[in-house]
Amino acid sequence: MTRRSETLFALAGAVLILVLAYAVPWLRFVLTIALAKGLAVLGILLLLRAGQVSFGHALYLALAAYTVAFGAVLVPEALLLLPAAALLAGIVGLLIGLFVVRYREIFFGMLNLALSMVFYSVLEKFYALTHGADGIRLPPVTVLGRPLAGETGEWTVLGIALVLALACGALVRVALASPLGEALAGIKTRETRLDFMGVSPKRVLLAAYVASAVMAGFAGAIIALTTRHVTPALSYWTTSGELVFIAILGGAGSVLGPFLGAAAYELTRVYAAATFANAWQLVLGLVLLAVIVFAPGGIWGMITSRRRAA
Amino acid sequence: MAWLSENGILVGLALLDGLSYAAAVFMVAVGLNLVFGVLRVLNVAHGSLYAIGGYAAASIGLFAASLGAPPWLGLPILLAAAVLVGVALGPVIERLLLRRMQDREPVLQLLVTFALFMILEDLQKLVWGVQPVVFDAPLKWLGTVDVPFGQDAIPFTAYQLYVLPGVALATLAILACVLRYTLTGRMVVAVTVDREAARAMGIDAARVTMLTFTVGAALAALGGALAAPTVSLVPGVGASTIVLSFAVVATAGLGQIEGAAVAALLIGLGRSFAVYVAPEFEVVVPYAIMVAVLLFRPQGLFGVAETRRI
Amino acid sequence: MAGTGRDGVVTRREALIGAGAAGASLLMPGRSAWAQGAAKPAEIKVGIATYLSGPASVFGVPGRQTAEMLFDEINAAGGIAGVKVRPIFVDEGPGVDHVVGEYRRLVQSEGVHLIFAAISSADCIACAPLSDELKRPTLLWDCGTQRIFEDNRYSYAFRTQANATPEILAALLYLLKVKPDFKSIAVINQDYAWGRDSWDIFRTAMNTLKPGVKVAAELFPRFGATDFSTEITRVLALRPDVVLSTSWGGDLDALIRQASDRKLFERATFVMPLAESSLQRVGKALPAGHIVGARGDHWFLHPSPADPERLKRFSDTYKAKYNAWPIYPCFHMAQAVSAMKAGIEKAVAAKGGGWPTDAELASAFKGLEFPSPTASVRIREDGQGLENQLIGTTLHSDKYPFPVLTDMIVFPAESVTTPVGQKSADWLKTLTPDMVAKLPQAQAFKS
Repeated sequence: MTRRSETLFALAGAVLILVLAYAVPWLRFVLTIALAKGLAVLGILLLLRAGQVSFGHALYLALAAYTVAFGAVLVPEALLLLPAAALLAGIVGLLIGLFVVRYREIFFGMLNLALSMVFYSVLEKFYALTHGADGIRLPPVTVLGRPLAGETGEWTVLGIALVLALACGALVRVALASPLGEALAGIKTRETRLDFMGVSPKRVLLAAYVASAVMAGFAGAIIALTTRHVTPALSYWTTSGELVFIAILGGAGSVLGPFLGAAAYELTRVYAAATFANAWQLVLGLVLLAVIVFAPGGIWGMITSRRRAA
Repeated sequence: MAWLSENGILVGLALLDGLSYAAAVFMVAVGLNLVFGVLRVLNVAHGSLYAIGGYAAASIGLFAASLGAPPWLGLPILLAAAVLVGVALGPVIERLLLRRMQDREPVLQLLVTFALFMILEDLQKLVWGVQPVVFDAPLKWLGTVDVPFGQDAIPFTAYQLYVLPGVALATLAILACVLRYTLTGRMVVAVTVDREAARAMGIDAARVTMLTFTVGAALAALGGALAAPTVSLVPGVGASTIVLSFAVVATAGLGQIEGAAVAALLIGLGRSFAVYVAPEFEVVVPYAIMVAVLLFRPQGLFGVAETRRI
Repeated sequence: MAGTGRDGVVTRREALIGAGAAGASLLMPGRSAWAQGAAKPAEIKVGIATYLSGPASVFGVPGRQTAEMLFDEINAAGGIAGVKVRPIFVDEGPGVDHVVGEYRRLVQSEGVHLIFAAISSADCIACAPLSDELKRPTLLWDCGTQRIFEDNRYSYAFRTQANATPEILAALLYLLKVKPDFKSIAVINQDYAWGRDSWDIFRTAMNTLKPGVKVAAELFPRFGATDFSTEITRVLALRPDVVLSTSWGGDLDALIRQASDRKLFERATFVMPLAESSLQRVGKALPAGHIVGARGDHWFLHPSPADPERLKRFSDTYKAKYNAWPIYPCFHMAQAVSAMKAGIEKAVAAKGGGWPTDAELASAFKGLEFPSPTASVRIREDGQGLENQLIGTTLHSDKYPFPVLTDMIVFPAESVTTPVGQKSADWLKTLTPDMVAKLPQAQAFKS
């Protein structure tokens, strides 16, 4: 698909989200969460390009969410909290990245998982500070000095999420088409060749890793601002697994995949939970299975193959 | 030194607990590692097979007891239930799902098992409900053993002291012998090391794969069945088991049976000593050990560094 | 890449249409708070958040069963103020952000009149502010944390049961009464907020009422842990007089079984404030002589219920329907249902038979007193419910295949609940030892 039609598609999607959020008020919340998760999955997509799967990116999600929750006590301004949380996620991502980019495949995945589980335990341990599994509630937050609450608040966070999603999506789109993107794909096929060309695969992967941590940070901050309550469950391994799930569901072929996947995932879950409160996991599992077996390109792949077929 | 002489007996007690815990951990992880060696898939559904093995053993055991079966029959029932689950589910999962996915990307293969895990998690709830299930006839039948502790004596269950480590050792010995000295075992090893070369030499890789997966599934079920007498089976028991065995596999080195034993021992003893020395870090022990091992041995304890492909 | 071909596309489209039709109900906009006038609704919809998956479903599913049973009973008797009631269950299993999303859906899409939330304290803490924001009356039906109404005030959220402070304090007072000379204690609690918070309450009160007790060990095994042998060995070696565990569900079952197998019950007195919910499952593996609580005065053999007929009917119906005696989450659900009925009837009566608005219904809950299966509960002005506490000692009787309670003390709610406007952590430090002397008489098991 050309860059132009992809851009058109993205803008149409943004309009659709706004229309849906206007027509069906309770979907505003679900769509904001979906956009946030899509942002985090965008980072997963970068790593997937290099053939690496992280089962621990929930760490950055939770880190940013808790940064917002604690930071809001000092500086209750969302437009400062958001970049601060993403920056912190990026810094921690850099430190951890220096360590984990030396590993590949399952070791890469497992080390990420281990570190996020350690963070999970830390959140539970320091319960005097974090209230453990009960989590903490965000104090009142402002945007440009005006309180972020009620319906206006919901629209504001949705707007921020949408802008961030479009911006990050465009950036990742550019990055993937650049030499960096080609080098990432090189790690997946034959890493040694990069070495021969004088490109350090570790440095390439590190750049992607830090970028993915920052995007997960944005996601975590938005989730915190939306649910207004953060718990350690955000860093549990199943949350990381969910992000990878969404990446595959949406399709790894385009930067639109993560957002399609996230919207489909959240809506399926809400729909399944409303219809079969008892067995929503089963429904989600079946959907995932069907996508992998019958539509390996994910939802994005389904759309493009249909366009080509037509 | 003064600390050791004072606490020497305590160290002994911690050793006993650590050993039995290590045995339980080994039983779960060894099947996962075996399967990973041959299929190159980290089977997330392994945790579900563990849970189903436990539930099946408990159901059959309780049913037999209600028919008036003598208590000594409990142990063989545990074993039989595990074999039953392995043979009933293993080939089906391998043939219907994993074989179709063989040539797909590793991420997709892993996610297929993740989807399966979600499905089995709900199915298991629909079959066995949510109330904790237990089958402790074998444990009661074997009674307790008093371990001297100064003037005092600490009762341990014979099941924990003898049966768990005994079965784990026997499993290790049998697997090691089969893999080393029988034709089938050598075929499994050959496929683990290099699938293509093994096929070129006329080994029926498909058959070996199915066999290995069935054995792996039965081992997972055996792990669950052995836990049934002490553990209360509840929804979610599979999820917490699977992360732990992931850590064991990554620490051990992929496909390494002996590695799984050593890693399980490290984690078992580490956890047990943590309860005495620093109980607040007990939860983090498996991950700390894994990170420490991978820092110094990036391929895991017994893993072999792959030659770099050009 | 024609992929699946034309056939595949058609099927996909059909599937989409099918899903769309089924999903249409989800996309219907719900009623907003102000739109509700005095018109009587066709039915009263109640959103109920409970655990249907994960380890806490051992409480969530009995809670759901009780709700289904009681809603049927209400409808069979003609509904509340002539209107039938309908429950809509949502699963707390996926976590707080899911529950918050579901809360919004229940209000904005389903248009529920009331919400019962939730078992998890985290979910309650997240939902209480939402109730004020979306202006929908919300009954906190089972969560334990005392923080909700001590840290904040809400106009739409009410708790129809006690909280962690009275539940844990009652167990301590009972221990001080029946075993006043214990010198050391060990704790084995689940490693999450409840395990930590409850130990904090117990320790603070213990240090006030009986300073100098030695804490032999503080053990917090992983939430969902299945193997407690190391913890049990350590406690066996330390020989404390008392072992406290506020664990529940599969964790508590496994702890009781393993402690029983290793004869730990012979060496120490156990205090288990939540064990009423495990008694029927662990059976006589739990020996006689240990202290058991029920997060309230919930016991199907309550020695002095306000209305013995009511308790017997409730217990027998539940037992006949679900083949087990009701446990505390069943009683908690019964209280929420009873509060709903009493609240709506009060609001309707206050309007002279007209239907109340959301705000009018919410204010009806303030100060409301409603019957529970065993006694009655009053909702204080801060939204907190005042509920009696029952603690007893296990006893093996031939009449039941599991331990029953004897030497039961029913603590009047006011005596053990933090007064309005005070924080538990501070109030517990003001307790005085004469509290123990003033406790009500213990009541023995009557077969």
